[in-house]
Amino acid sequence: MPQNADNVLDHFDLFRQPEYREMLANKKKNFESPVAEAELQRVVEWTKTWDYREKNFAREALTVNPAKACQPLGAVFAAVGFEGTIPFVHGSQGCVAYYRSHFSRHFKEPSSCVSSSMTEDAAVFGGLNNMIDGLANTYNLYKPKMISVSTTCMAEVIGDDLNAFIKNAKEKGSVPKEFDVPFAHTPAFVGSHITGYDNVMKGIFEHFWGGKAGTAPKLDRVENDQINFITGFDPYTVGNVRELKRMFDLIGFNYKIVCDNSDVWDTPTDGTFRMFDGGTTIEETEKAVHAKATVSMQEYCTEKTLKYIHEEWKHEIVPFNHPIGVKGTDEFLLKISELTGRPIPDQLKLERGRLVDAICDSNTHIHVKKFAIYADPDMCIGLVSFLLECGAEPTHVLATNGSKSWAEKVEKMLADSPFGQNCHVYPGRDLWHMRSLLFTEPVDFLIGNTYGKYLERDTGTPLIRIGFPIFDRHHHHRYPVWGYQGGLNVLVWILDRVFEEIDKNTIVPAYSDFSYDIIR
Amino acid sequence: MSLSAPETIEEIKQRNKELIAEVLEHYPEKSRKNRAKHLNQFQEGGKDCSVKSNIKSVPGVMTIRGCAYAGSKGVVWGPIKDMIHISHGPVGCGQYSWAARRNYYIGTTGVDTFVTMQFTSDFQEKDIVFGGDKKLAKIMDEIMEIFPLNHGVTVQSECPIGLIGDDIEAVSKQKSKEYGGKTIVPVRCEGFRGVSQSLGHHIANDSIRDWVFDKMEGKPCPIELTNYDVAIIGDYNIGGDAWSSRILLEEMGLRVIAQWSGDGTIAELEATPKAKLNVLHCYRSMNYISRHMEEKYGVPWVEYNFFGHSKIAESLRTIASHFDDKIKEGAERVIEKYRALSDAVIEKYRPRLHGRKVMLFVGGLRPRHVIGAYEDLGMEVVGTGYEFGHNDDYQRTTHYVKDGTLIYDDVTGFEFEKFVEKIQPDLVGSGIKEKYVFQKMGVPFRQMHSWDYSGPYHGYDCFAIFARDMDMAINAPVWGLTKAPF
Repeated sequence: MPQNADNVLDHFDLFRQPEYREMLANKKKNFESPVAEAELQRVVEWTKTWDYREKNFAREALTVNPAKACQPLGAVFAAVGFEGTIPFVHGSQGCVAYYRSHFSRHFKEPSSCVSSSMTEDAAVFGGLNNMIDGLANTYNLYKPKMISVSTTCMAEVIGDDLNAFIKNAKEKGSVPKEFDVPFAHTPAFVGSHITGYDNVMKGIFEHFWGGKAGTAPKLDRVENDQINFITGFDPYTVGNVRELKRMFDLIGFNYKIVCDNSDVWDTPTDGTFRMFDGGTTIEETEKAVHAKATVSMQEYCTEKTLKYIHEEWKHEIVPFNHPIGVKGTDEFLLKISELTGRPIPDQLKLERGRLVDAICDSNTHIHVKKFAIYADPDMCIGLVSFLLECGAEPTHVLATNGSKSWAEKVEKMLADSPFGQNCHVYPGRDLWHMRSLLFTEPVDFLIGNTYGKYLERDTGTPLIRIGFPIFDRHHHHRYPVWGYQGGLNVLVWILDRVFEEIDKNTIVPAYSDFSYDIIR
Repeated sequence: MSLSAPETIEEIKQRNKELIAEVLEHYPEKSRKNRAKHLNQFQEGGKDCSVKSNIKSVPGVMTIRGCAYAGSKGVVWGPIKDMIHISHGPVGCGQYSWAARRNYYIGTTGVDTFVTMQFTSDFQEKDIVFGGDKKLAKIMDEIMEIFPLNHGVTVQSECPIGLIGDDIEAVSKQKSKEYGGKTIVPVRCEGFRGVSQSLGHHIANDSIRDWVFDKMEGKPCPIELTNYDVAIIGDYNIGGDAWSSRILLEEMGLRVIAQWSGDGTIAELEATPKAKLNVLHCYRSMNYISRHMEEKYGVPWVEYNFFGHSKIAESLRTIASHFDDKIKEGAERVIEKYRALSDAVIEKYRPRLHGRKVMLFVGGLRPRHVIGAYEDLGMEVVGTGYEFGHNDDYQRTTHYVKDGTLIYDDVTGFEFEKFVEKIQPDLVGSGIKEKYVFQKMGVPFRQMHSWDYSGPYHGYDCFAIFARDMDMAINAPVWGLTKAPF
């Protein structure tokens, strides 16, 4: 018996004990009808080949291990960035259980969201009654300041009309007539989670600025000196938004983060559960119409929103692509300086110098190391930019939800750098494609989300966890990756892994440990 | 520490009554009437728990439930390791359930086993408009080329499939024929069907009956049989639960010919109708197929509970009662073998946990099954409820709970928060969506679906882990830090 009350063996040790190993070997041999070992090994080796890669890349219908989620997830992400707001997802209820779990596993925080719980009868007759009852329940139980409605694929397939349903529900008294219920159709079979973010942001602006679905006058824009910032679907939102605010306060100008979920996903443990915390207020959202410019930190998360704000409201529009590192932050701050007429303060210049100092101290460990990167489209661009300035060689850049025009943009960046010459960009591909890339054209390091650990296991490529979701490492989302301070964090995450690999490769006594250096 | 600290059973019952009334006050009238039927307390001698169950959730209340797809792909089919399970429809469902359930297995993932992978047809608008059958057929072809060692395929339908009128059965039949009779199982587990995960379990069970068992008829049995063959049904091997259960059954002299479905294979599913006895852990999710095997193949089934040493011993004896003296002696031998371990666990942890109060809200069997394990440690379960239980679950619950236990079916976020706030248990056991809510409130918490990434908790070896984990949760020094001294 391997178990012991004084030294309790966990699953990872327990099932490696001889009793269990023998039991599992017998199970396999006697009952599983396993593939013969030689055949298994043959196929294992085949999956590493160019032949397999070609077949794998010829896939047209099957997606395996994609690095993207569906629109409704992004819809929920956007909604909770507004003060006192509950996301209300119209459609099947299982979806909402999934979004809540997904965010809680990443942020290690509660994630509040409700569903209209549509079932078979709603599939036949439509979900109007679910909307009527649902809004009334949410309003009465949770006392929100706003309910942000989006959809699942079920409601989209049967064609439920949110505008009409919400009006109807208000007439039935589910919520007061003047209560804000912005909405967005977010079909899961179009785009990805970043599209859902975009649609909800646009829906919220349309609601507050464009006359609340015909129930209020459109706002009159009186341009002022405020700059709006939309941060996009950002896994580091907690750290990043706080870093933006810190930098902006140093610069000293009139700004507003529109959709700020940095507090709701970072509440304290002090004896009180806060379903709502922080967020952009309704008043602030309304006033944002008067801003002179709107800056998006993630262009591909805000394509429709920016177009709307520009065409309907004539804001100057400034899109960025999740800027990471020295040049990314330089460009970002210079643009802010240009927009505001304010100089970039010495403090930020000092921080810039410190980041350059850190890169200077350490870049030899990153220089010409090959990297594979997968992430959402904007983050890919930020990471590639930073790697290039560290002298690394991005080799495979993949975004399952990246478009052709995104790929062209990345290719242009790569072409402009001597370190980007041997890199290929893969829009619309998945992590099973990435597996073939890593086998046939190996790299030194992989940057990606938690699911990259399967690629690390199969191909031996060390994974640096940056992206969404990160389920198996804690608290990184509390650190910024934006600004010079954020660049420092990314640098340290990369370096930690580089040094761990060197140590791992040199740790064998009397064989390799001459290089197991104490100073690196 | 209990704020209200009712002393007598009458006081507890009065408190519960007031608490339920207080919670219900916040609902609009229609929903209040509905929710009132789901909240109650157990009365000594009751046949069930006097709550309605397995009814549609009220919209907009923050139910904790999932959907039929979660019940089929996430629970029943997903863990079958040598088959490829296609999440058929848009990308999200498969993405959010990707490797999230800790169904442990042994195999070379991506080559001969596929559990922790996400296969999806990633539906686009054109698939909705023109239908997805052609795409599905092509997916099957691509699977056969790229994953040639797969032992079968299942099609796990997401919401749109049933709404756009796709014929996944025809595609499955056609492709099975084309690939030499390969097992290809279409599953109609669209998320809008039924009221929770539960119908997904049922639909998945039925698909095994129709597309696995019926296909086997007339074929020779793949394994040589013995008089001691059993199948473990309804253990999903969360963190290895089925393994720490299997070892006990084998040690008492039984031969486990199949695991359903944690670390299971299609070969094991196919062999199961030849078992002498099906031993059923999660009644809720697999009673259907157990009943079917009893009716059609004459395989009896028996429920068991491997949480905590008392229930384990009781269950080993119950299982043994279906066999001869050799097995009965085997059961006694196993109970004796592990006695020292159990005693040591109790001796170490009971003093640290004695008298602590627990509130549970879980799925399947756990809202009742784990109560014995807590009681072995001297703890008391003061409230429990099922995400997707039926009345037969609440009947079975009466054998576990005490008079005055608060019962909440399909609890809403609002209710659960208020109940815990008022009752102030020493521990809450529920899921990831609830974990951080209660921890913020300063209440120790364990995830009782995923075992909070620890576990497993089944069997004697893992009762030690259970006890250690509960101690770790409740007696962590961090709970003394939640109030700032200023």
